[in-house]
Amino acid sequence: MTGILVLEQSLNGLQFGLMLFLLAAGLTLVFGIMDMINLAHGSLYMVGAYLIAAAALASGSFWLGLAAGVAGTALFGVLLETTVLRRLYERDHLSQVLGTFAILLMCNEGVRWIWGSQPMTLNPPPALSGPVELLPGFSYPAFRLLVIGVGLLVAAGLWALVTRTRLGMQVRAGASDREMALAMGVNVRRLFTAVFGLGAALCAVAGGMLGPLLAVQVGMGENILILAFVVIVIGGIGSVRGAFIGALLIGVIDTAARALLPPLLERLAGPAAASDVAPALASILIYVLMAAVLFWKPQGLFPSHG
Amino acid sequence: MADPVSSPLDHRLRKVPALVLLAALVVLPWGLQAAGQDFYLGLATRILIFGLAATSLNLVLGFGGLVSFGHAAFVGAGAYTVAVLMQDGVASAWIAWPAAVAVSAVLAAAIGAISLRTRGVYFIMITLAFAQMLYYVMTSLKAYGGEDGLSLMSKSFVAEAVDLGDERTFYLLTLAVCALAFLFVQRLLNARFGHTLQGLRENETRMAAIGFPVFRYRLAAFVLAGALGGVAGVLLVNQSGFVSPSLLDWHQSGLLLMMVILGGVGHLYGGLAGAAIFLLLEELLSGYTTHWKFVLGLVLLAVVLLAPNGVMSFRRRR
Amino acid sequence: MSAAILHVDGLVKRFGGLAATDGASLAVRAGEVHALIGPNGAGKTTLIHQIAGSLAPDAGRIVFDGADVTALPMAKRVHAGLARSYQITNVFGRLPVLDNLALAVQARSGGSLRFWRPARSERTRYDEAAAVADRVGLAHKLGRLANELSHGEQRQLEVGLALATNPKLLLLDEPMAGMGPDETARLLTLLQSLRGGLTLVLVEHDMDVVFQLADRISTLVSGRVIACGTPDEIRAHPDVRRAYLGDEIA
Repeated sequence: MTGILVLEQSLNGLQFGLMLFLLAAGLTLVFGIMDMINLAHGSLYMVGAYLIAAAALASGSFWLGLAAGVAGTALFGVLLETTVLRRLYERDHLSQVLGTFAILLMCNEGVRWIWGSQPMTLNPPPALSGPVELLPGFSYPAFRLLVIGVGLLVAAGLWALVTRTRLGMQVRAGASDREMALAMGVNVRRLFTAVFGLGAALCAVAGGMLGPLLAVQVGMGENILILAFVVIVIGGIGSVRGAFIGALLIGVIDTAARALLPPLLERLAGPAAASDVAPALASILIYVLMAAVLFWKPQGLFPSHG
Repeated sequence: MADPVSSPLDHRLRKVPALVLLAALVVLPWGLQAAGQDFYLGLATRILIFGLAATSLNLVLGFGGLVSFGHAAFVGAGAYTVAVLMQDGVASAWIAWPAAVAVSAVLAAAIGAISLRTRGVYFIMITLAFAQMLYYVMTSLKAYGGEDGLSLMSKSFVAEAVDLGDERTFYLLTLAVCALAFLFVQRLLNARFGHTLQGLRENETRMAAIGFPVFRYRLAAFVLAGALGGVAGVLLVNQSGFVSPSLLDWHQSGLLLMMVILGGVGHLYGGLAGAAIFLLLEELLSGYTTHWKFVLGLVLLAVVLLAPNGVMSFRRRR
Repeated sequence: MSAAILHVDGLVKRFGGLAATDGASLAVRAGEVHALIGPNGAGKTTLIHQIAGSLAPDAGRIVFDGADVTALPMAKRVHAGLARSYQITNVFGRLPVLDNLALAVQARSGGSLRFWRPARSERTRYDEAAAVADRVGLAHKLGRLANELSHGEQRQLEVGLALATNPKLLLLDEPMAGMGPDETARLLTLLQSLRGGLTLVLVEHDMDVVFQLADRISTLVSGRVIACGTPDEIRAHPDVRRAYLGDEIA
């Protein structure tokens, strides 16, 4: 276990964690403010990735594709919110779960209808498709550095938005006490639509960043959606800060477990155990962590509800 | 003292319609044969099996008020137990089937003991997480087929005279099992336990305030539902001859939830009606388009927005 | 001197930086009607929650009927004979009155894992429930759904649910909440009829009711009991007058 390996895995973990944060931030805000479980959030990520890939293919430019895709997904999100989702705010959890699950199914099938079942390719910009030498003897893919950069930029932007702007103030008020925010005269409908659109845009950015690294395919949003839920449960529903810390935590732990458990188990219990047990263990570690956090702090690490 | 006229706690089994339905289901194989539509016997069997699975979910969801997003885990556990035992040489249904139900029950006890300490969205998340954990575990256990799953070498062995390989025999056995399970659930709902369970759904705080140990009864319901789900799993693996981790996937749990809401949350026939609607719709739509899941999603969305208590709720007058 | 059936000893409950209950101590004698009064924000409901068992205190002791129940879960306290009613009506809205009360009776007799015999066949249970309904004045509304009752009738059901558990001590959190004069008078008669075997502890704002009903009154201010005595003693108590600024007490 060399220092280089640790550094590389840390960067990978940071990169994954930041992208998880983009998804989790939108999810936790929607949940915290509108009190709605949104299983279709992963679909926004998928639609984002597809729109970006399609636009990049059509225009020949990654950046143009990214811009177009993010805008398109934000629009899609706003459309979804105003037509269907806002009817679910007042409903019980079961209705919300099933309603958004229905949208998930429709998005999956819709995407398959338009773009087929084969995964789409999304190539990183040519300038960033090679490695960069960070330290003597240590090269790291340039694109992954971009992902980290974008992630940190967006995180900083979100922080500024939430703590420094009027919109952000309304968001924080809504997250901690919706009735009070209503009483204070916050235009709730517009706020909800804005929050949802923002969440959709964040998903699209994550989709565009992760698309070149993972595959752009139907159902890509689902595994990451579950992780995003785990993040917000650990971080505390409604808390962007909690989502940030939770996402980094999960990103690093998940990446580290996948990288370190196989060789560790091989050393301890032989190659059979490593190939069988290690991946399963790495996968369930996150859920065990969630169960543990819920046991000691049932409201998450940074509960925002008063 | 006169009894009140109607109460949501009552789930009367109207004997005549029920017996008519049962009779119709019994003669169905011969009816289908006469109409030259033998093919649909398999579909009918699937409807019964999923009807049982959905009813078991309805026990915790509709009658218990808990949104469990991991119910497929119990169906899968039952299926896998039969398959694994068959792989290890145990083909007798008399051993494998009770074992499968026991495994599902124990799994439900373990998951329930932890999950039921949470509420609301946390409960949904943690049941989903546990189901996913089981999925990942089964996917990586190469000895039990891993991602590809396990095939059954033959059907479970019940008796010399009862060949489960014969579609008609299997259908009738499934019908018998499901009818018994249904009757059991109906009696349960009208008994003390059923009243307690529904009381917990109606107002959990008050139930505790009048002296009910909430956790104990919820756990009992959860284990029972898990066991019944295991029964469905046993029948399912025998029908398809195959089990894979995708049976445990959270999508499957979602589909089960969908069936319950389609048919009627908290209604006696809700699970069965929902399974029938879902599977018939699937059968019908997939004949028209490969994108039938889109239409299914649309139907579900429509039901959620327009008929939140499912199809059965249109019949209930309150 | 009647024995104390309920002893609350130095109870403390903090929410963040605020101590809602700040060393409250109380002694309730068996068979008496004991009222708990205090200005808004004094912490009355928080105290009731802790005595009933829905909120765990940070410090202090609660002794009921000779046993330390501080750590006992709410359901077990009910079995020990300590029942409560809620300030905001908390009944089984979608169920008929009879079923509401029958559930409370069922809780007492245990055996709720029974899964075969229809519950409706247990005549004794439903007869008992009907008897409780009669006692609280709802005998003619057995078949009505709880959320179809008038506000006053719902408050009667509130008390009835607690009564159906056959308690030794009844904690009533503002039983008269939101009631007009007729309804209040009716409930007052009901509560007076409960005197005798039952001990009543009630939180109430309506001072007329308090002075008509209570044998003794404890005054809670800022989470602590500052005075305890007969209605006359409390009326004349300087600290109590000061806490209320003199205008609520005649």
